[in-house]
Amino acid sequence: MATVALIAIGLIFTGGGYALFSSTATAGTSASSQTTIDEGKKLFAANCASCHGAALQGTAAGPSLIGVGAASVDFQVGTGRMPLAMSGPQAMQKPVQFSPDQVSAMAAYVASLSPGPAIPDASLLDGKGDATNGAELFRINCAMCHNVAGAGGALTEGKFAPPLTGVASVHIYEAMLTGPQNMPVFNNANLTPEDKRDIITYLKYLEANPSPGGYELGSLGPVAEGLFVWIFGLGAIVAVTIWLTAKSN
Amino acid sequence: MAHDDNSGKEVAAPVSSAADKYEGPSTGTAVIASDAFTDPGFPPHRERMTDLDPKADKRAERQVFTLFYLSIAGSIFAIASYIGFPIESGATGDLRLSTLTLGVGIALALLGLGLGAVHWSKALMMNEEGIDERHPIRGTEATRDRAVEIFKQANEESGIGRRTVIRNTLIGALVAFPLPAVVLFRGLGPMNVNPVESLSSTMWKKGMRLTLDPSGLPVKAADVTLGSAFHIIPEGINDFHDKLERKAKAAVLLMRLDPKDLNPSPGREGWAYDGIVAYSKICTHVGCPVALYEQQTHHLLCPCHQSTFDVENECKVVFGPAARALPQLPITVDSDGYLVAQSDFNEPVGPSFWERS
Repeated sequence: MATVALIAIGLIFTGGGYALFSSTATAGTSASSQTTIDEGKKLFAANCASCHGAALQGTAAGPSLIGVGAASVDFQVGTGRMPLAMSGPQAMQKPVQFSPDQVSAMAAYVASLSPGPAIPDASLLDGKGDATNGAELFRINCAMCHNVAGAGGALTEGKFAPPLTGVASVHIYEAMLTGPQNMPVFNNANLTPEDKRDIITYLKYLEANPSPGGYELGSLGPVAEGLFVWIFGLGAIVAVTIWLTAKSN
Repeated sequence: MAHDDNSGKEVAAPVSSAADKYEGPSTGTAVIASDAFTDPGFPPHRERMTDLDPKADKRAERQVFTLFYLSIAGSIFAIASYIGFPIESGATGDLRLSTLTLGVGIALALLGLGLGAVHWSKALMMNEEGIDERHPIRGTEATRDRAVEIFKQANEESGIGRRTVIRNTLIGALVAFPLPAVVLFRGLGPMNVNPVESLSSTMWKKGMRLTLDPSGLPVKAADVTLGSAFHIIPEGINDFHDKLERKAKAAVLLMRLDPKDLNPSPGREGWAYDGIVAYSKICTHVGCPVALYEQQTHHLLCPCHQSTFDVENECKVVFGPAARALPQLPITVDSDGYLVAQSDFNEPVGPSFWERS
């Protein structure tokens, strides 16, 4: 049984790898929407279907993509998490494998087969909302995993909430909307589009305004600060003690 | 070396040259070593550079007074920066600059003084080894007798032993004096409520709507999509002046799972609504907010001590120091489709307390 499973996994990876290398498709930028969808279909068949199934129905190696919407595809492929390089506690961010046009073609294809959350409008991503409201919502809904300064944090069994600094506004929005991997879904009834815009505003405010206390040691709180004091504070005390008691040359 | 357990001295004495001269109290069961550590005395006296070379002496002197000058400069700089970098604008950058320059100035002032003084004593002050003998702590017999005498005299003169009413009222006054503090501190605790009752119940009651934190908007069951996590407060909590105290007990995390994934025990089947479950957000270990929800594994993680609760199995503890499952809030929907509580939590929320049954 184990051998069969191993062979199956091996086949999936070789097939996936071959599919990756053999994809020479390029998306037509100014094509009509049906052409884009066709392009996305080809890219999907070559790069995604081995795990997610030719009709998005999912296989033993990957979940069904029915109803995930364009937002999900744009987040997973646009941040390089998909296609998956290897299985593990969670999909890791990698260099993005596709051009933005190819990503939107695949997103259009997946969205064309079954309705789901769409890629958000640019007006919600401008970072010009209410940062104060965003900060309160962030502390209530996000900070327990992502850290109050958005520095990320550990979850169980090797999973983690990634840092939010340097993440594109569109990807933050899509993550809230679709709940990638173990992140819960924050639909528009829970956090309205304006709330999401405020949260993005807060995160962008954090990026633009450095910590008032000086160097923030990764914003990890007492762990990093305690380690710093332990090493450099105690180290300085030991050094001064040695200097005090040593005889002058 | 031979010895017996009761009197090592007697047995050890004939064979040990060191023990021959020993006349102190019994050593008990200690083994007396023949190769006892001897005092090596002082290391050979070594002249310092400043003792040998007048140039080095001059240099050290310059270093010391430079440090003192630096200290003066630091003090002046701190005063100048307090005036020169005001924080009245409230801008973060101004506050940062003011704190930085004040800190640098005061640090220079103190470090210049301290380092200068130590450098002075190490490099320039007399270079000579010496011993300060340790003297016994016990005073002389005369001193001790005199001390007893003083106490006796004080007793005579004050009459504290004789005038018992004065003595007893004084003791009484000293005992009574801290009592106001006890009464005042009691006022900081919960008043007019039974603490046990207060810890055992929250403001949730039958028919109360589940509302969003912080807006207080009611939540429809249809809005809670699969994989969602809603942070919930009781309806109307924002109208109370002590809403934070109430929220500290009543905070709820609402999640929707596939109903097939839930395994309620007999009697609790009706507590969820179509896969929507509501659990207390207060950890049963020491009361941190448990809200790190993993929507695929359906595990809830507490950020403080990594207690992990399994939402599929009534939030039973699967890892970490928490001893009890998270209390569940039984929920249903009202006629308008909004989620409401069926009752208060099934058990007291939060950490254990003495009277908790």
